[in-house]
Amino acid sequence: MPKIKLPRNSPSIDMTPMVDLAFLLVTFFMLTTKFRPEEPVKVVIPFSVSSLKIPENVTTISIDSAGRVFFDMDGKDVRPRVLQSVMEKYKQTVSAEDLSRFAVMGTFGVPINQVKQYIETDDEHRKAMSNASAGIPMDTLHNNNQLADWVSAALSYSMDDYTTKVVKNPTMKPPHFAIKADGRAKYKIVKQVIDICQKFNIQHFELITSLKSMPKP
Amino acid sequence: MAEVNAGDGGGGGRHKKKRAKKLSTRIDMTPMVDLGFLLLTFFMLTTTFSQPKVIELTPPVKTHDSTKIQDTLALTLILGKSDTVYYYNGKLNLTLDSNNVTTTTFSDDGLRKLVLSRNQYVLNSIKELQKQHDANKIPDSAYSRLLDKAEGNKYARFVIIKTDTNTKYINVIMTLDEMTICDVGKYSLINESDDDLKMIEDYKQKHKK
Repeated sequence: MPKIKLPRNSPSIDMTPMVDLAFLLVTFFMLTTKFRPEEPVKVVIPFSVSSLKIPENVTTISIDSAGRVFFDMDGKDVRPRVLQSVMEKYKQTVSAEDLSRFAVMGTFGVPINQVKQYIETDDEHRKAMSNASAGIPMDTLHNNNQLADWVSAALSYSMDDYTTKVVKNPTMKPPHFAIKADGRAKYKIVKQVIDICQKFNIQHFELITSLKSMPKP
Repeated sequence: MAEVNAGDGGGGGRHKKKRAKKLSTRIDMTPMVDLGFLLLTFFMLTTTFSQPKVIELTPPVKTHDSTKIQDTLALTLILGKSDTVYYYNGKLNLTLDSNNVTTTTFSDDGLRKLVLSRNQYVLNSIKELQKQHDANKIPDSAYSRLLDKAEGNKYARFVIIKTDTNTKYINVIMTLDEMTICDVGKYSLINESDDDLKMIEDYKQKHKK
């Protein structure tokens, strides 16, 4: 009996559509991903039922479980100006390179005399410095309220930035102040931060939480 | 002297025309696909779509004339040290021989039940509005405005949330959350007074086991 001959197909298949799809997805994820700089501290934010989204153009004050205060803000072009003005106030020198490095830096929480060193070092040392520091001082007694200076600089420069840019881009949001506190932190510290901000007429705060579902009535 | 003629490769004397070997137009795409999927996996795993959410808070500005509210409408919650809530209705009774404050916990049966029961007036009117809205008697635009109005009604309970130096932040968030869940429109967040502290101490003394 003759053997039935199957038509011999080539084992290689046309992979073009698959490649197309894969690269389409790669492009999508590449464009939607926004790399966040590594946070120097772990802040476990509490859950809430609020579903409001965090606005853009926001200055974030983080408070970790030990009550240490950290500072971060949006705006690559505003950040150098904020740094410069605060450093000038404390008579610290800052180089052009520091300014551009600061522009893309993430959250930090070191006193002003360590800021320059913090900017210039690498990630590993930054982490060690953050762990060793007691956060940004907000001591009102010894006239060492550095947080107040950061907040005031952040407010005035981001407000400037907003008023110049909003003409061209009417959808731009005014600067906001968010508080990202760890659930275990004491409310006393949060209150202290709010009080400092209120001195600069910041009346509205965003408390950052993660979403949980609304319980059934 | 020996010379190398490098440029003379044109080979005029050869008759055979050199023909480029016909190559297949198909290229092996496997490495590209590998790379593509590698990147795809990387970005898929590193991307988080969930943006954190926020609670909006507009703390009261320090002014000398504070808002007066009717005592009978007030419910005061004092957030204590270890996940306990002390509460009292209306004005705090300062005589030491009675139970002036009561405790509850951050649970569905505790704080939620308490606030819901105290906020019954508003909840009923909201229910009424909902019914009318479902029956298409109220347009959407008016509905949200009416809801706000119901929450801000002058007979609505006013919840005063007091915190002390040991209050944990998570408890404040939980309480603010309860306000949202129970549709309490009027609440404020303030520090506790000495009288409150005195009453809590008194409560603790009485309930010592």
